[in-house]
Amino acid sequence: MAKEKNISWDYSPAPENTSHVKVKERYELYIDGKFVKPESAKYFDTVSPSTGKKLASIAYGNEKDVDKAVKAARNAYVNIWSKMSGAERGKYIYRIARLMQERARELSVIESMDSGKAIRESRDVDVPLACNHFFYYAGWADKLEYAFPNRKVESLGVAGQIIPWNFPILMAAWKIAPALATGNTIVIKPAETTPLTAMKLAEIIHDSGLPAGVVNVVTGYGDTGAAIVNHNDVDKIAFTGSTGVGKIIQKAIAGTKKKATLELGGKSANIILEDAPLDQAVEGIINGIFFNQGHVCCAGSRLLVQESVADKVIRKLKRRMETLVVGDPLDKNTDVGAINSKEQLDIIKKYVSIGLEEGATMHQISCNIPKNGYFFAPTIFTDVAQSSTIVKEEIFGPVLTVQTFRTVDEAIQKANNSEYGLAAGVWTDKGSRIFNLTTKLNAGVIWANTYNKFDPASPFGGYKESGFGREGGLHGLNAYVKLR
Amino acid sequence: MERLEVLKTYKIYIGGKFPRTESGRYYTPENKKGEQLGNICLASRKDVRNAVVAARKAFGGWAERSAFNRSQILYRIAEMLEGRKAQFIDELIFQGVSHKEANSEVEMSIDRLIYYAGWCDKINQVMGSVNPVSSSHFNFSVTEPTGVVGVVPDGSSSLIGLISLVAPVIASGNTCVVLSSEAMPLCSITFAEALATSDVPGGVVNILTGMRNEMLQPLATHMDVNAMAYAGNKTEEIKMLDESSALNLKRINKYQENWMNRDMQDLYFITDFCEVKTTWHPIENIGGATSNY
Repeated sequence: MAKEKNISWDYSPAPENTSHVKVKERYELYIDGKFVKPESAKYFDTVSPSTGKKLASIAYGNEKDVDKAVKAARNAYVNIWSKMSGAERGKYIYRIARLMQERARELSVIESMDSGKAIRESRDVDVPLACNHFFYYAGWADKLEYAFPNRKVESLGVAGQIIPWNFPILMAAWKIAPALATGNTIVIKPAETTPLTAMKLAEIIHDSGLPAGVVNVVTGYGDTGAAIVNHNDVDKIAFTGSTGVGKIIQKAIAGTKKKATLELGGKSANIILEDAPLDQAVEGIINGIFFNQGHVCCAGSRLLVQESVADKVIRKLKRRMETLVVGDPLDKNTDVGAINSKEQLDIIKKYVSIGLEEGATMHQISCNIPKNGYFFAPTIFTDVAQSSTIVKEEIFGPVLTVQTFRTVDEAIQKANNSEYGLAAGVWTDKGSRIFNLTTKLNAGVIWANTYNKFDPASPFGGYKESGFGREGGLHGLNAYVKLR
Repeated sequence: MERLEVLKTYKIYIGGKFPRTESGRYYTPENKKGEQLGNICLASRKDVRNAVVAARKAFGGWAERSAFNRSQILYRIAEMLEGRKAQFIDELIFQGVSHKEANSEVEMSIDRLIYYAGWCDKINQVMGSVNPVSSSHFNFSVTEPTGVVGVVPDGSSSLIGLISLVAPVIASGNTCVVLSSEAMPLCSITFAEALATSDVPGGVVNILTGMRNEMLQPLATHMDVNAMAYAGNKTEEIKMLDESSALNLKRINKYQENWMNRDMQDLYFITDFCEVKTTWHPIENIGGATSNY
């Protein structure tokens, strides 16, 4: 026994090779089929959150650039894209899907470098799902009349799209693929901390031969996004991000003809009933909150455990948390990568200190956290109430609150008692109980005996202040069409 | 001696009851001939809030009714309207609508209720889906009601504009607070009386009379209203509605339809007030025991 104590059970490092990855020193805007310098002549840095080191210079698009992009998109819409048959549009989208699949490894590595997410996730989740999203929607392009019974389907025109930093290339796919399939042209702005894969996607789109101006990528900060939202010739705004910014956008487009879909925040409940398969449920809790460092709008950030099994679940959860590997996103062993930015790390720290101030009990795992870059140890809070700030507000990090309940009705009430309504998890062995809960939970996505699963065929989106509209599946087409 | 006619006191309709406005105020709209329509309740902001509370309270129960049951209840409303046809026609004529138009407006209203009654238990068969995901999961999407809906019909009609919005809103299980036409409020209150006798649970439909410019904003900015159905084209109102959506992500649906057109009814008016819910569950995939024989 004494000898075994000296055995190290740590994994040897297994970093992903980056030699095959091409990252340029500088990325320009992609407007009207050309890579062009920004009007402002300004560039900003995108850094690797795991090292704090600069990866590339990124063009800072301003109002003039956005105007150029919208004009290019309008021109492409009027003269080419709206006149093209659905079948031909579909073939372009299929082409993009294929080119992405061919370069999937490179995209995954760059995604992990730029966003800090574990390579295991970008390789096995983000990038394949992004490719599949294009492949799925390509097939819809010439079948739209089947999606809307009794109506004729028309495209909207120019779609302005603003995407977040938590799933950079996947969100680009969620936005671009359905918009193209339904015959719209696009001006898209990636998040300022994660522009690289969007620019790689622009290269792929360029390589695909997609007509100039159909997709335009304008990088920049919030003011660049605001220029898209406020541009008079944009017909549609699709935004994924915080509820706060979503509300600003709603206000900005009030009284205009712009259509909007908003995928916003969440504070989703993950409900464990006493008859649940507890070991599987613990895996689901881990996946629910620590997947992508908790930078997930539908993260299962509020754990609700039935009182009779609460101690056992928390014990198992703490033990399982200890096995999480936190570190280099490019290491294939890593479970929890880097926090996306210093700003986000500060927000997480702020919420954790509020949690402590409000009297909650904190537990963090004991692993070594890398010194450089932005990292945060997986954390759970017990002794919280429905009224605790960390229970009510979205933290967007690897921080879980744990509450208990006695009856199913109490679980439903606690779960629904939130401004948000994006997702929920339910763990029980009893089918009728699953359906009782899934029927009564006010959330757009319900995972029963699973969590954080995504698929291009599956609609995603929230109730209440989690936004409106759906992305994915047949229902996702609705966001980009008008019906006659 | 000629019999003295009994006049009706028009009241508002909240939570299945007919209170007077809490404000105690009234207004007296007139028809084109200058005849007074009656002393109509001038509902207040507080009445709007009370109506929203009643609608929220009724929501869970109404949404959980079986779709078939809701279908029967909507049909029952149509039956009640049919029985009061003469009263609605008289009120419409009194409010200045021609005899011929009044007749067709009432008939259209009844037929529209029956149209939407039939949809209740078919919405999900048309708009729901089973989604073939790549992983080993069963995945399906259904439509569900959004919640409490503020209904603001075009003030230019007394009955059909109101029915054309209320019917699709409640068909899926939403509850609503309705602002009656300011100039022609009579049919909305008679409609409330029909609702009260047609098995519609109290609070599912709440109807307020009064000034739109007093009631619209408190309704549109109410944090417990999930969606708005607005018919009309007033730029200022539309801007205010859009802005109010930014408070709590209200779903705002705006219409400029001619409701007397027989085709101005379809499934999409229902789904405008629905959410899509997608449920996942793993499929046990043992392998081996497949049915390929």
